[in-house]
Amino acid sequence: MSAPLLAARGITHVYTGKPALDGVDFTVRAGEVHALMGQNGAGKSTLIKVLTGVESPRAGEMALGGSRIVPTSTLHAQQLGISTVYQEVNLCPNLSVAENIFAGRQPMKPWPRGGGIDWRTLNSRALGLLRGLDVDIDVRRELGSYPVAIQQMVAIARAIDISARVLILDEPTSSLDSEEVERLFAALRRLRSQGLGIVFVTHFLDQVYAISDRITVLRNGKLVGEWPVEDLDHAALIAAMVGRTPEAPPVACGATGDAPAAPGTPVLSARGLARRGSVNGVNLDVRRGEILGVAGLLGSGRTEVARLLFGLDRADAGSVAVQGQEVVLHDPAQAIAHGLGFCPEERKTEGVVEDLSIRDNIVLTLQARAGLWRRLPAAHVREITDRLAKLLDIRAPDLDGTIGTLSGGNQQKCMIARALATQPCLLILDEPTRGIDVAGKAEIMNQLVALAREGLAIVFISAEIEELLRVSTRITVMRDRVQAGTLAGDCGEEAVYAMIAAAPAPVSP
Amino acid sequence: MRALVRWHLFWPCLTLALLIALNAVVNPGFLAFEWRDGHLYGNLVDILNRAAPLALVATGMTLVIAARGLDISVGAVVAISAAVAAVMIGGSLSLGDAEAVSRFPMWLAILAALAIALACGLWNGALVVGVGMQPIIATLILMVAGRGVAQLVTGGQIITIYYPPYAYLGNGFLAGLPFAAVLAAAVIALTQLLLSRTPLGLYVRAIGINPVAARIAGIRAKPITLALYGFCGLLAGVAGLIVSSNVRSADANNAGQLLELDAILAVTLGGTALTGGRFSLVGTALGALIIQTLTTTIYSLGVPPEVNLVFKAALIFIVMLLQSPEFRAGIVRLARQPGA
Repeated sequence: MSAPLLAARGITHVYTGKPALDGVDFTVRAGEVHALMGQNGAGKSTLIKVLTGVESPRAGEMALGGSRIVPTSTLHAQQLGISTVYQEVNLCPNLSVAENIFAGRQPMKPWPRGGGIDWRTLNSRALGLLRGLDVDIDVRRELGSYPVAIQQMVAIARAIDISARVLILDEPTSSLDSEEVERLFAALRRLRSQGLGIVFVTHFLDQVYAISDRITVLRNGKLVGEWPVEDLDHAALIAAMVGRTPEAPPVACGATGDAPAAPGTPVLSARGLARRGSVNGVNLDVRRGEILGVAGLLGSGRTEVARLLFGLDRADAGSVAVQGQEVVLHDPAQAIAHGLGFCPEERKTEGVVEDLSIRDNIVLTLQARAGLWRRLPAAHVREITDRLAKLLDIRAPDLDGTIGTLSGGNQQKCMIARALATQPCLLILDEPTRGIDVAGKAEIMNQLVALAREGLAIVFISAEIEELLRVSTRITVMRDRVQAGTLAGDCGEEAVYAMIAAAPAPVSP
Repeated sequence: MRALVRWHLFWPCLTLALLIALNAVVNPGFLAFEWRDGHLYGNLVDILNRAAPLALVATGMTLVIAARGLDISVGAVVAISAAVAAVMIGGSLSLGDAEAVSRFPMWLAILAALAIALACGLWNGALVVGVGMQPIIATLILMVAGRGVAQLVTGGQIITIYYPPYAYLGNGFLAGLPFAAVLAAAVIALTQLLLSRTPLGLYVRAIGINPVAARIAGIRAKPITLALYGFCGLLAGVAGLIVSSNVRSADANNAGQLLELDAILAVTLGGTALTGGRFSLVGTALGALIIQTLTTTIYSLGVPPEVNLVFKAALIFIVMLLQSPEFRAGIVRLARQPGA
């Protein structure tokens, strides 16, 4: 075993009262790819910020190559030998590839030769660096004219040329297709053989196993452990990430299981739904009174399924049928016209219309469906909003006030109310409980169950398996943008974790 | 009192009142009205009449801005509309009683000018909605090219309109009031009615505040936005007719020159957010009146022509400071400090 290249000990960091990192140890050895894993909010980003000098930790120390370091800025960290390549490429698309690689440290011609930038050296060195990564492109062309995958390679070339000791890659593959990922991995293997220590952050489990030598898992700001990749299988990794403790009792499944789904034509059925770069081969059937849970890690494609079903993205292949009738979904307005309701994941950016009143927000979709010229009578609006506010227990001092004055949980209920106002036959909810306190979550889930009992079909997407198990009739699992399979209502937590972790299984209807 | 200050039109109203008061102090006869030949005359009537083209253009601009757009081509569209109308009506100077002769019937010329203005607006809208261009760039194209189109129509000359009935649009009176002012008021009132009686106003606001959420909520933002640009162009066309009728000529280079900037200023003065969403048509009309009153003030104060623009800039600066909530809050803080 080689000596550690980068060693961080007891790193503790606190963001305005909330501990983000609590005594975390992290070690990178020379010539390894080290996967840093954890759910959202586990502390991965904070750890990277500490390592690269963006944040200075409350406690703990770091050593690089045996000597103690205290990086004070990203620039300082780079000078020490720690570089980061982010998910969004932080380069200038309007400069040439070569200029980007050498920006701020251009080779200059000596004064006797006229001074100025030595373009020939600059371009040839850039070309050499990229060839070292097996990328052969015209380095004089604008960076923006190349695809993201190439831009990422350029960012890596810049990073390793500045400091070739530790390279941190923060979700580098999230916008790459599989071929591009393979190319990136080839470059990483080459760099690894040159003795670089590479830290790799990703949400794609397969990629962890394809490239990593070692895995460190964080959860809630604490170190769960560090394992050689061969000692930690998929299921164990997921268990470490989500923190399932053996003594916790499994949650009862299929709260609605006692009310069997109505037979006959499904309210919504999707066959082979796919979109390039989004998801592949999704097959779904949702019947009256059924809650179909959609499980999966972040980036697994769970949100993309909802976007395809609601016409927010266009599917490249496959078909969707509502009440047995095949439908074309190119626009949310079409989905709404077919009786679908949707509650988006990002409440703030995709849901609420901040300056409008609570009533206007709730009836917005219903009004939009009525067309351009017919305004819903004010009395009708009042009646509908009063009824829904009561049904969903929206607590607002005044429904004519702007929606911005409500708490997150109440705004979320308004979004559900907006979808319900159109009396949809199917409701798609993408993480309806995110950012809501525990009581609010329980309330929303109880309401979903009640709505399903009245015959509504619901597609319920959530990152929290426990929630899914509590309300779903069936759970379909997304993994690496493919539907991994569908589990029956009376499965246990273990089964869901196993499917999230397992290799692709044949899709059961 | 507090409720009055909070009223969204309080500051535009106050600004207008202050400007008129300033004029009344400098020129005691400023507020006087006169009823002559069945027409109302006076400085205030004159302001209403002269503000009409700007008010019309700014009304269209308000809606475009409310939906997160911008149209800086309106000045050029004014020129195009004026040029089309002038060329189609034409006429020639005759001695004695001017004979009412036009090349095409006047109604046809007006319709053609308006149709072309509408097409200009739809072109802008198509670039923004269909091609996905930034509004300022999309309309910059027509802002520059539009003047060229107008010059092409007029053959590079200032076309004088001799046909007397056409002068009515910009100089005539309806029920004792200037026709242009009545027309502008009617257009604004009808637009307001349309927006409040149909859900269009709600859609425009929703698109302006959060276009992503509006789309997910099922609002078809594209056709609505396209129509708003078309409407903006159409109103610029109406303004072009008034302007050309007023001066009885069409000048491709100077008609509606920098009108787009005055229109944006009027929209801002009226309390419409340039970031979209919140808008007020009445506020915009007040804004147009403020700008026209400013211009009149400069004349009535007898400001020398060479410092005219500097003076106007200074006045606008003061008006904008007065309208800025941040500035007012700062003043209030300053005023309170000595006492504290």
